[in-house]
Amino acid sequence: MNIELLLVLIVLTNLRLLASGRLGAAIRTVALQGVLLAALPLMAHEPGHFWRAGALALGTMALKGIVFPWLLFRALREADVEREVNPYVGYFTSLLAGVLGLAVALRLSARLPGLPTTASPLLVPVAVFSILAGLLLIVGRRRAVSQVLGFLVLENGVYTFGVGVMREVSLLVEVAVLLDVLVAVFVMGIALFHINREFDHIDADRLSSLKD
Amino acid sequence: MIAALVFIPALAGLAAFFLRPPAVRRGLLVGTALAHSILVVWAWAHRPVLAPDAWWGLDAAGLLFLSITSLLFLIAAVYGWGFLQQEAKPSPASLKEDFLFTNAPEAVFIGCLLLFLSAMTLVTVCRHLGLLWVAIEATTLASARLIYFHRHPRSLEATWKYLLVCSVGLALALLGNFFLGVAALTAGPERHSVGLEITPLLSHAASLQIPWLKASFILILVGYGTKMGLAPMHTWLPDAHSESPSLVSALLSGAVLNCAFLGVLRFYQICVAAGQAAFAQDLLVLLGIVSMGVAAVFILGQTDYKRLLAYSSVEHMGILALGVGLGGIGTYGSVFHALNHSLAKGMLFLVAGNFLTVYHSKNIPQVRGVIRRLPLSGWLWVAGFLALTGTPPFGPFFSEFTILRAAFEQRREGVAILYLSLLALIFIGMATAFLRMAQRAPDSDPQAGIERLPWCRQYPPALLGTLVLALGVYLPASLRSFLHEVAALLGGA
Repeated sequence: MNIELLLVLIVLTNLRLLASGRLGAAIRTVALQGVLLAALPLMAHEPGHFWRAGALALGTMALKGIVFPWLLFRALREADVEREVNPYVGYFTSLLAGVLGLAVALRLSARLPGLPTTASPLLVPVAVFSILAGLLLIVGRRRAVSQVLGFLVLENGVYTFGVGVMREVSLLVEVAVLLDVLVAVFVMGIALFHINREFDHIDADRLSSLKD
Repeated sequence: MIAALVFIPALAGLAAFFLRPPAVRRGLLVGTALAHSILVVWAWAHRPVLAPDAWWGLDAAGLLFLSITSLLFLIAAVYGWGFLQQEAKPSPASLKEDFLFTNAPEAVFIGCLLLFLSAMTLVTVCRHLGLLWVAIEATTLASARLIYFHRHPRSLEATWKYLLVCSVGLALALLGNFFLGVAALTAGPERHSVGLEITPLLSHAASLQIPWLKASFILILVGYGTKMGLAPMHTWLPDAHSESPSLVSALLSGAVLNCAFLGVLRFYQICVAAGQAAFAQDLLVLLGIVSMGVAAVFILGQTDYKRLLAYSSVEHMGILALGVGLGGIGTYGSVFHALNHSLAKGMLFLVAGNFLTVYHSKNIPQVRGVIRRLPLSGWLWVAGFLALTGTPPFGPFFSEFTILRAAFEQRREGVAILYLSLLALIFIGMATAFLRMAQRAPDSDPQAGIERLPWCRQYPPALLGTLVLALGVYLPASLRSFLHEVAALLGGA
């Protein structure tokens, strides 16, 4: 597969997330994005680093493609809530904001100075777009699960940038970063479980008794 | 030795999850804390040499923050002994809340506490910026379960905010790390990357790509600044500090915020080496003043004394950023202030925990006459107030004064006046709350007797208080020159 095609698919998953109204579908979309990202190190790696890229791809696939969605689906099942996303910002507005974000990302990346040659000129804009989409999901959605998904998309954006541009970060650090994110999702999953038990819902907007 | 510092608490933490008898677990907590402190003292006696391309090592800045963390953790562990004993008893009234709540299993609490120590130690010894990020994220994850010790909807809310806000901040910090990586891509010999180890980055700083370096510093300031509690990214801080058990608040405020500050300082060090000190300093001064301003607004009229302490942490983090931002002698002031603030704030949070146990309320109007009911804690509370607001002869007075001097020396009178007036405002806000709590309410029962608390909940904070006073009365020449050494690392005096 061509790397441009892969990046375009990642953009499409982001747009799908912004427009999707069902939590289950959103989790599946993030899983798909994880699988797509797993292919990225294989395409962007420098010649001679095949094993490293392969190990990273495998780890990414296992965590982002399988473990995270599984954890989130479990949280969703135990929470047993209605499966609507129930956003603050409507789907159409989110989608519009997403398209605007894409334009901003393209414009911003064109102006970045002295960028090293990357595997594809689309890499940096896609990374920036994922970060923006993640932030939008975190602030624009009501369900705690959606916020975790937003965090994952944001993290995916940072990951895209890291894999595509920085080809010399040592494997140990990359694995440690992946593990950290794994624990983060795990701890968030536990928190989701407790939120559901405590409040009978997983709406982050009703977590609002602490304020000044 | 560094490996022992990191791995002993980590292994002990994992073991604590599986140990059944509570006494053994608590013994393990205190024992590990003690072992950690002894190792740190040993590190002072035999300062390890910094290998140029090692992933970990102890420079002066790392050693300073490691020592603060270790001391505070030891104190908190001893205090925790009494705290956990008391929490294990079925509680008579559950803090006058609307409903009963249970506690998280003690094994998980102690296990996470020890893993937390391990992660903080790793932050202070890291010489690789990628690893530093991993360690800072690990402190967030280990402490999240600690905040949710009291299984209570509000502490859950605080935990959720803490997790989400800090994770997003740290994701941006990771991007900042990558940006620095891009800046360093062609900086090495024969236009090779120098990677993310601190020592080579410093020695090749002159050939870093400046625009990427600047962007990286901004992202780091936002990312680690979130964890450090700089306004306007501080939103998680008052909630997490007020809802967690007091010994966790003490550690969060006295140790974790410092760890994040160290993260910022590492990047600042690189900016200085690359000749971009002025750029970084302007940002630090701006965020410092904003943090102090936001803290002042929320301290005035605050009715929850733990939130009051939390906002005071935002203020003091602002002072730290301001001191480094002013540079010169201000850097020394800032480093000294980090030490002072950790000791004073650690003490105050532990004392606040004692009040909470006796009064079952975090509401200032309901907690009156603390000097009468808890004489030692009450006086420590007043002493802590004086220390924290920079009253002589306590240590913070000297560090805050040094920062003021730096502002005047650099002819930045505007900054100096803002700094002074914000300090004065905060003094007024804190005085209202603290002194009201110290005095007896006029209509209160004069027969209310003295409450007894176990020794381990009174003397450890008293020790911290004594240290803050001692730092102000007499600063040993060796410690002073050590602090200057740390400041010199950061391009200050």
